[in-house]
Amino acid sequence: MKFDILFSGVGGQGVLSLAAVIAEAALDEGLYVKQSEVHGMSQRGGAVVATLRVSDRPIASALIPKGRASLLISVDPLESLRYLQYLNSESLLVTSVAPFNNIPDYPDIDQLLAQIRALPHSLLVEADLLAREAGSTRAANVVLVGAAAHKIPLREKSFHHAIAKLFGRKGQGVVEMNLRAFSLGQRAAK
Amino acid sequence: MSLEQTNISVSLLGNEAAALGAHHAGISGAYGYPGTPSTEAMEYLHEVTPHQTHWCTNEKTALEAALGMSLVGRRALVVMKHVGLNVAADPFMSSALVGLHAGVVLLIADDPGMHSSQNEQDSRFYAEMAKIPCFEPANNQEAYDMTRSAFEFSEAHGVPVMVRLVTRVAHTRELVKTQVAESEKPLQKSKNPESWVLMPTIARKRWHLLLERQADLEKFAHQTKWNWVSDKASEVKVITTGSAINSYLENCDDLETAPSHLHLGFYPWPERMLRDFLKDACTVYVFEEGQPFLEKSLRGILPQDNIRWIGRLSGEVPREGELTPDSVRRALGLNENESLSPLPDLAARPPQLCPGCPHTDSYRSLNKVFNDFLDAPHLVTGDVGCYTLGALGSLKAIETCLCMGASIGLAKGASDAGFSPAVAVIGDGTFLHTGIPPLLDAIATNANITILILDNQVTGMTGGQPQLLPSSRLKEIVIGCGVDPQHVRSLQAHRKFEEQNAQIMKEEIAHPGVSVLIAVRECIETAKRKKRTEAQENL
Repeated sequence: MKFDILFSGVGGQGVLSLAAVIAEAALDEGLYVKQSEVHGMSQRGGAVVATLRVSDRPIASALIPKGRASLLISVDPLESLRYLQYLNSESLLVTSVAPFNNIPDYPDIDQLLAQIRALPHSLLVEADLLAREAGSTRAANVVLVGAAAHKIPLREKSFHHAIAKLFGRKGQGVVEMNLRAFSLGQRAAK
Repeated sequence: MSLEQTNISVSLLGNEAAALGAHHAGISGAYGYPGTPSTEAMEYLHEVTPHQTHWCTNEKTALEAALGMSLVGRRALVVMKHVGLNVAADPFMSSALVGLHAGVVLLIADDPGMHSSQNEQDSRFYAEMAKIPCFEPANNQEAYDMTRSAFEFSEAHGVPVMVRLVTRVAHTRELVKTQVAESEKPLQKSKNPESWVLMPTIARKRWHLLLERQADLEKFAHQTKWNWVSDKASEVKVITTGSAINSYLENCDDLETAPSHLHLGFYPWPERMLRDFLKDACTVYVFEEGQPFLEKSLRGILPQDNIRWIGRLSGEVPREGELTPDSVRRALGLNENESLSPLPDLAARPPQLCPGCPHTDSYRSLNKVFNDFLDAPHLVTGDVGCYTLGALGSLKAIETCLCMGASIGLAKGASDAGFSPAVAVIGDGTFLHTGIPPLLDAIATNANITILILDNQVTGMTGGQPQLLPSSRLKEIVIGCGVDPQHVRSLQAHRKFEEQNAQIMKEEIAHPGVSVLIAVRECIETAKRKKRTEAQENL
């Protein structure tokens, strides 16, 4: 088994927290995990991309070859389109519909969403709305993980364990809120 | 999890793995200056052993303190990014001669592709120039294991040892298995301290000894498990070094016939092993991260018509930037994977100063001076930090970014040439790092320059490390250096003082000598972080 995921967004949007939930779920199943992170200058409001590779065998490169990512999860619709060359015709693109508009020439949002819908497999998620429904907009990234979960060859239980482990420090209330966010994301994908 | 537990697997960044390796090697001190992609090694040790982990003024002082620790018998780690080693180059080159007492390891993080740097220099050249060994981990397990080996080697041979990381290892997270930790070394002054007095008569002896020692280093290079040959039957040869092996392994299963493969993780390279491996070669691929360090030596300048070389020098592998599975795939002559086409003309999103950043307010005042009051040619030199981003976008406030501390020297040189007004913009951290010596130069000749210190009270770009001195001391330092106190003025870097600050800047730019303006307001990210922590503590 080999499953490669790309994450995109804008520095400061918590792209790494997305990867952390899935990485933790994969570790829970005893799989090999290799994750590349972004630090430094690009974190300052610029385009950022991170990778996560999961496999039942040792993983060589942290980078995903072109056309080999099975899944791309993006916290911003414009950023979701920046890395299409890493996807193939079977890959799924999951993105939040809410634009993070910090540049003067951010494209027209309707046109952007139409471009995303035109891809072979895409899923637009009202991550912010669903996160608010779960209890806090801060859970938007976990909503996205939930929406992508059906595509990831990991058990639902492993995601639940991962959420409990990662948010446990912040108290049971925060864990439950994120579990709700995850399941709202799952439902949005149906 | 206790960090002293061993034979357990921990999920770590490459930087953290090397740092934990150093901790388990029994270091008594870690010294460094923050710089991407190296910072997390020190941050990790700061969590584990706060009293032994010291952010320093700059990389030179960091290395010197580590050497001092070695002199009295205890192991020390030094952490910096590749360009930091330029700053530490003076003690670095000579530290190879002194005959170390306890182990000293330099953890150097190179940044091929310049994700967050001004150049992509390859630190292996430094190791070779100093005649010291260099370990080059391919992954985080090796970062842990090699750092431990590096301390052993350093102590056994009396030389500092480099562990060279690259961004892709430094910032990759994976599981690492730990081994039994060693305890700290006893405090015991070197019995042979005269070897540290590098005056010519002694230095010549030490240099001779170091050159003689090279045979031991090369012997180790042949024996170590980090340098290996997996197969040598094929006349098609692949040589990989350090993390470049990962991009090769991503592709090698797609090759029709398996080439011979030699991998290096330790330098100086094993010459006999390489000669033996290449003796029947027809095609040689060389994949290394960074510059064509090995490839250039292997090819030499004499004709080798019987061998086809493929690497960064031949052009099949890009001469610049980071290696990727895709660039290595192309070099190997394999077909590209099927993929979706990228969209052309997507709006770019370059990094920018955070909303509410105090630097933006200072830049707005500075731009106001030149737009509203002084409509004449002017020079604004800049420096290294978040505020370098002020060169871009709508601000376009600074015109240079060369190296740490350079803004002041550049402005002085321009002023010496007869140009004015010349303004140098430098952050508080960068000023303390290497900004004081050029300030002294400027004072010595009463250069007609204005220095704007952007004091956000932290090292912002690397995640908000604390300054060595409280912000309130900056003014004293500047006056202590000899700037006329009347021309050392503080500003509050806030939008509501934009006009007022511009007026003060204008006055000081008009002053025909050195003036220093200190624009103060805490980094917005640090302020936010503090607020969050306080809120959590009050819960």
